[in-house]
Amino acid sequence: MTRTPRRTRGIRLALTGTLLAGLTLLTTAGPALADDPSASASPAGDEAGPTEAGTTFRTATALKQGQSGTAQASAGDYLYWVFPADAGQRPTVEATVKLPESAARRGTSTWQVDVYDGLRRRQACMYGHQTRKAAADAATVELSCVLRPVRAWSEPWADDPLPGSYHIRLTVVDLPAADLGLPVDVEVKTSIKELGGGHDGGGALAEPLVPGVSAASAGESDERASGAPRALATGEPEDGWASGWWTDRWLWTVGGGVLAALAAVFGYSLTRGRGRPAHVPPDV
Amino acid sequence: MITRKRLTTRVGIALATLAAGLGTAIPAAADEAPAAPSPKVELVLDVSGSMRTRDIDGQSRMAAAKQAFNDVLDAVPEQVQLGIRTLGADYPGEDRKVGCKDTRQLYPVGPLDRTEAKTAVATLAPTGFTPIGPALLGAADDLEGGDGSRRIVLITDGEDTCGPLDPCEVAREIAARGTHLVVDTLGLVPNAKIRQQLTCIAEATGGTYTAVQHREELSGRVKQLVDRAAEPVVTPVATEGAESCSGAPELKPGLFTDRSEIGQHRWYRVDVLPGQELRASASVAADRAVDHDYGVLLRAVTVHGREIVRGSEAGTGRTDVISSGLRYPKPEAEDGDDGDGKPAAETVCLQLAHSFSAPASVKRSPGLPVELTVDLVDGPDNASDVAAFGLGRGWWLLGVLVLTGLVAGLLTGWLSRWRVAVWRTNR
Repeated sequence: MTRTPRRTRGIRLALTGTLLAGLTLLTTAGPALADDPSASASPAGDEAGPTEAGTTFRTATALKQGQSGTAQASAGDYLYWVFPADAGQRPTVEATVKLPESAARRGTSTWQVDVYDGLRRRQACMYGHQTRKAAADAATVELSCVLRPVRAWSEPWADDPLPGSYHIRLTVVDLPAADLGLPVDVEVKTSIKELGGGHDGGGALAEPLVPGVSAASAGESDERASGAPRALATGEPEDGWASGWWTDRWLWTVGGGVLAALAAVFGYSLTRGRGRPAHVPPDV
Repeated sequence: MITRKRLTTRVGIALATLAAGLGTAIPAAADEAPAAPSPKVELVLDVSGSMRTRDIDGQSRMAAAKQAFNDVLDAVPEQVQLGIRTLGADYPGEDRKVGCKDTRQLYPVGPLDRTEAKTAVATLAPTGFTPIGPALLGAADDLEGGDGSRRIVLITDGEDTCGPLDPCEVAREIAARGTHLVVDTLGLVPNAKIRQQLTCIAEATGGTYTAVQHREELSGRVKQLVDRAAEPVVTPVATEGAESCSGAPELKPGLFTDRSEIGQHRWYRVDVLPGQELRASASVAADRAVDHDYGVLLRAVTVHGREIVRGSEAGTGRTDVISSGLRYPKPEAEDGDDGDGKPAAETVCLQLAHSFSAPASVKRSPGLPVELTVDLVDGPDNASDVAAFGLGRGWWLLGVLVLTGLVAGLLTGWLSRWRVAVWRTNR
């Protein structure tokens, strides 16, 4: 009977197969990792941003990720910008307000930056000075807001941040009436922190939360027909919305599988001792 | 099988998203119409007697305004139709009744002839009263027609003392006509009464107020406002929500405006097919002096009155709008259709309520401006697992897997040894 050795060989083959498969997966995962948005870090940092700001949600000026925008405005204006954020990212909004010279001002003013998602739901800031008081003699106010990590999916009853547009609203919420309308210079900057696979959740939205998304897909066919060249849409991240396929959980899981296979081979070999026992005849 | 399906849908979504190249899709959608209606701007300039005062960089206010106009006229974007209206330019007398009607269109709204417009401006000399209310009404009439955005830029140094027409009420009424008209105001004098009046006008129409102290500020700001008018935006469609769901207007995806009085509810309905996701957001603007605490509630309700999902927000302090939104993914129909091949759409009622309050002195009608966006996207989302694809991550996972592998290997080894031993003894 030659059953046992053949079976052992079968197991060995299976194990080697698993190992190889694991390795192949690992190596192919490499390039996939390179496609990961986190790998291409600085998207639009150096480009000069827009120099105007919108005044409503509808007219918000589009910013790219990592881009900064400036505007000249009057104290009391409500200034709006919009930027995209994708799943697994944690956006930070920083705003600097250059106040008019203190000789022209009457007292302290309170400035605030708010962030709203694509459904115009206000989003909470985890850290940062969202609201700050400027003393009567202060030259600038610096505000910041670190949003919660953007999730790929959430229940409709939750207001978790989801992939899509984020509106920034910057305004003064309290100031002496006499200071209304004075000229101010503002600058906003968005930055994105890529979070690891620990934040990769299951599920995905059918479409990112971009306002007017259904109007855009309806108008798309006409546009194609007219052959109008398409500028890079300002409302999406540099390399498009993530498909949601890539997560480093693949590496962990596959790696774990490979290690488990190796451990199994090791465990098996422990029970076998070193090679074939001497007293077993060679023809078995 | 499920994974397979998900793969195809995901790839589909990715492709669709890429292909659509969705921008802040609303402006993108506006870009694509080549025959976009041209925006109209009217500059309304105060030419009252007080404009003679020399307090802007040592020049008279009139001279500063003229110079600013020259700069602005040089820089007006092509597509903008610009007009100029004056107030207090013609009647030098003392009769208040006559003086308070003194407003005239200096240059008609239309394609701009720069030299002609400049010549017209050069003839102006500070003369009469400050009838802001009639001037705003006149400017609104000048801007009638067309679908583009409309903007009035009001430059003044005086308070409207004409009465009984309160220019702020005039502005609110103009805005309530539903013609998407914004009034931006520039005050040349830092005076509390003027500031109050001008901020009130700006607030009522969603415009801005600027206090001008220097000449370059004036021309810079007016240029900025004219450029702002040239920005392509989608103009919303006016709708009128009902008091209850049964009589509510049916909304298709798009952008809508409405008015909602204090203490009033607004109902709308949207038809959602199985497998579609409804997204709605609403903003209620504070266009008058409202109290400092406020909120908004947007509910999606079935026709039988069951609440599906709600979005709510509350706020305090100075604000322009308060907004909230909701999304309702309607699951795919279980067994496809009801015989005729088309699954039945569900009517979802949207209820909008807000809790703005105002002192009794503030006028209640027209109601507060409401902006509503409705989107319907295909394919409801789902999540089969909290983690991405149910995959694991972290050292604990590796430890567990390695341990499991080791145990499995040992067991297999022992098992086969034991079987060999059994076999050998049985031989």
